[in-house]
Amino acid sequence: MTGPGKTPVFLQRASYRQRRLRDGAKLVPFLGIILWLIPLAWRNGGDSEKVGSAGVLYVFGVWVLLIVLAAALSSRLQSDAALSDPGSSEE
Amino acid sequence: MTFNALIVFALGYVLALFVIAFIAERRAAKGHSNWLTSPWIYTLSLSIYCTAWTFYGAVGYAARSGLEFVTIYLGPSLVMVGWWWVLRRLVRIGRAQRITSIADLVSSRFGKSTQLGMIVTVISVIAATPYIALQLQSVTLSFAVFAQSEGVSWDQPDFTVTAMWVAIGLAVFTIIFGTRNLDANERHHGVVIAIAVEAVVKLLALVAVGVFVVWGIAGGPGEMLTRIDQSEMVLWNDNSGRWISLIFLSAAAFLCLPRMFQVLVVENADERHLHIASWAFPLYLFLISLFVVPIAVIGLDLLPAGSNPDLFVLTVPLSEGRGGLAVLSFLGGFSSATSMVIVATIALATMVSNHIVVPVWLSFQANQRAVMSGDVRNVILMSRRLSVAGILALGLLYYRMSGGGTALAAIGLISFTGAVQILPAMIGGIFWRGATGVGAAAGLLTGLVIWMWTLFLPSFGTDAFISQTLMDDGLFGWSWLRPQALFWVAGLDPLVHGILWSMLLNSAMFIICSLVTFPAPLERLQGAQFVNVFDHSSAGPAWTGAATGAEDLLIMSQRILGGDEAQAIFEQEAVRQGKAGLMPDVTPEFVERLERDLAGSVGAATAHAMMEQMIGGSSVSVEDLIAVADEAAQILEYSNRLEAKSQEQERTARALRAANDKLTALSIQKDAFLSQISHELRTPMTSIRSFSDILRDGAMAENDQGRYAGIIHDEAVRLTRLLDDLLDLSVLENGQVELHRQTGRLSDLLDRAVRAAGLRDGVLTISRDRATEDLSLTTDLDRLAQVFINLISNARKYCDAKEPHLQISVIRDGDSDAIDFIDNGSGIAVENQDLIFEKFSRVADGLKAGGAGLGLAICREIMHRLGGEISYIPRKEGATFRVHLPKVTTAVALEET
Repeated sequence: MTGPGKTPVFLQRASYRQRRLRDGAKLVPFLGIILWLIPLAWRNGGDSEKVGSAGVLYVFGVWVLLIVLAAALSSRLQSDAALSDPGSSEE
Repeated sequence: MTFNALIVFALGYVLALFVIAFIAERRAAKGHSNWLTSPWIYTLSLSIYCTAWTFYGAVGYAARSGLEFVTIYLGPSLVMVGWWWVLRRLVRIGRAQRITSIADLVSSRFGKSTQLGMIVTVISVIAATPYIALQLQSVTLSFAVFAQSEGVSWDQPDFTVTAMWVAIGLAVFTIIFGTRNLDANERHHGVVIAIAVEAVVKLLALVAVGVFVVWGIAGGPGEMLTRIDQSEMVLWNDNSGRWISLIFLSAAAFLCLPRMFQVLVVENADERHLHIASWAFPLYLFLISLFVVPIAVIGLDLLPAGSNPDLFVLTVPLSEGRGGLAVLSFLGGFSSATSMVIVATIALATMVSNHIVVPVWLSFQANQRAVMSGDVRNVILMSRRLSVAGILALGLLYYRMSGGGTALAAIGLISFTGAVQILPAMIGGIFWRGATGVGAAAGLLTGLVIWMWTLFLPSFGTDAFISQTLMDDGLFGWSWLRPQALFWVAGLDPLVHGILWSMLLNSAMFIICSLVTFPAPLERLQGAQFVNVFDHSSAGPAWTGAATGAEDLLIMSQRILGGDEAQAIFEQEAVRQGKAGLMPDVTPEFVERLERDLAGSVGAATAHAMMEQMIGGSSVSVEDLIAVADEAAQILEYSNRLEAKSQEQERTARALRAANDKLTALSIQKDAFLSQISHELRTPMTSIRSFSDILRDGAMAENDQGRYAGIIHDEAVRLTRLLDDLLDLSVLENGQVELHRQTGRLSDLLDRAVRAAGLRDGVLTISRDRATEDLSLTTDLDRLAQVFINLISNARKYCDAKEPHLQISVIRDGDSDAIDFIDNGSGIAVENQDLIFEKFSRVADGLKAGGAGLGLAICREIMHRLGGEISYIPRKEGATFRVHLPKVTTAVALEET
């Protein structure tokens, strides 16, 4: 028996889009973790293979990417109050 | 700039901060707090994460360990961009439960437990003390740099005295703006605005030095990158353990540090501020760390070997003769240190007073009279002021003891690790309903002990607390208890080792003890509310009607919240209860709301304890409450089931009513049909009977006899036709008809129909367009012809024009063909148009036509069976019947052509 106030199975288009935006926002940190774990593969070999300014640029480049992604997503995300479906917990 | 001028300058800066904070407080008090609570101020206030240790120390860190310095900023960036996971939840819980500090969060979650609040407070204070010492050190060091640039060399006493004055100044500021009032929300507008200003100053300072280094010294970004590549500095150490551990550590510390919790959750005025901060704060961190590597590289190049890289931010501009820039950078470092210390002491003082001082004080006040007679408000405020002073004194003491050397610099991360011990209890508490207070306490204590043993005590240096033999042989000579090789895991970086073991064992104890213990009822209630905070953001009731009068409660709340605020709450409640101007009744809801308001000032555990003292034995035991809640849930379940059942019954009743209506209609229809049919049958029967009577009697003329026999025959034929029609219709309606598919041409079919319609008398003229009729059909041609015959003979019978004329035209419209039968009569009246396809619905005079009114009904049934349609098209004059041919047939026809 499903009581009243449960999350509906099908959502309006706008609500659906909101949910997917939330999914996207949830995934951003994982993207960041993966990209920032890549330096673990770097090895300081001889002088020719030294991690130099390229390494610095990589780490900061990932940073910019995350900031841009987060800004793009969060400006489109609405707070719960603005979303029409009631009892919108996560998932 | 001379050293004295610098001091005046610094004092002026502090004074400006005082003024800004003061104005902000005034505006907030008047209710003009719009700009104070903007998302940008919120974002800037988060910047207290960047302390003097990061302002100066990041460059030194980079000079020593390369890119590793950036991990300290990567963790918080990840937490911010992933705000939907944890921060949003924390902020919502913080608002719903009026959380005042991280200790309050943990204590509140696990059944408003006083002990847990104490444990968290102790951990936080121990972890924060070295960090505060570190701030004092960096400020004094930066003063010393300026003194030394004038040729004055500082001795140890100079450092200590400076540190002392800095600490006193900070204590004064914090006490004035941080503990002036007991706000129901525990927000400090003045402090927040001051740290926002300081955030801007330190960012500007670091960026200015960075711009000077990149463009002023190196000569542009391209050259800068080349210099980085050529530098001796090692950018990357192949120590993956540290890289991962430090990112994790900084992310966790960002959530667990009391000062971060204060600005992130407690001072948060609006959940939506997180939307902006989620990207704006990572951007801030990005800008703060962008120039760290360039400054480190240039500093290593320019300055003589052996100079302290921790002070490059100051010494590089000074060595280039940029006094103004150096002062700006000094202000930046000063800002970083002061804002961190102020917020950290406020947060810690709140925790100390709410979770240690007040509970202890309350336990000495045995009865409720004491709660009312003692001035609780003053006790709390005083305990906070003393806590502020005490915490700063601790920091100063630590600074003195450690000697202010480089040993101190290493303790930043160790201090982080201490604070992070709260993480499992916090995260477990807000995501896992099964987490129990016992588990949280076990985890916290385990983490604390391991952190002390592996990191904190060794950090004082060999033989300070832990002797070298203890380091080498372990506690009691057990080698598996060596501080830096627990369980024989040697060879790890000591910091990584400490983080790993403390977090692992902390989490393990927390989880295992939570699994095997059973939570107290209040814990379960709180747990449900924390974990499901997005489903229902209100606290469960905890009190029944009380023996205490409203006056007593008012007196107590006044002592904590202050007269005006307490009275406002009581008036509001009275209005809500509909007794404005009187004292409100002490309802359970009111007591619960009041407790929450008090919790905003003194923490959940203390507020709960105070209420308990006031209301005494009359508060229900929480076991009763659970029982009541269970009962309520059962009642709800039962009524839900009843509702569902009654809904089902209603549905059934509706269906029955509909069926009944239909049956009634059918019955009426059947009666009408029977009376019609008997009438139709009776008319010919009557003539047949009367004429056969005449014939039986005989004695009549020969030709009369023949005429009568003819009438009888005609009537019998009509009767037969009627019965045939009825049979036909019944077969069609029951769907028993068999269709004989044939292929033929439409023109042939129409020829046949016109012939069969009996137009011998030539009354009706028919016009056709044979060119358009050249169409091949595959369907039951006999049945279709029957329809056509019917329509043509109808036109013959009913067309009332003087010169009856029927036009048959084929309309080819896309994939569907139709045939119109248009006569020039007066057509069918509008009110009858709906009826003509019904059985026995003869519109015109039946006698004239001699039909039973079944023709069109049969036509409709046939077309329905064939997959086509027949309809009446209203026109101005004449009747038009349109026969839509079955689609399949045309498709076949198209294939054939």
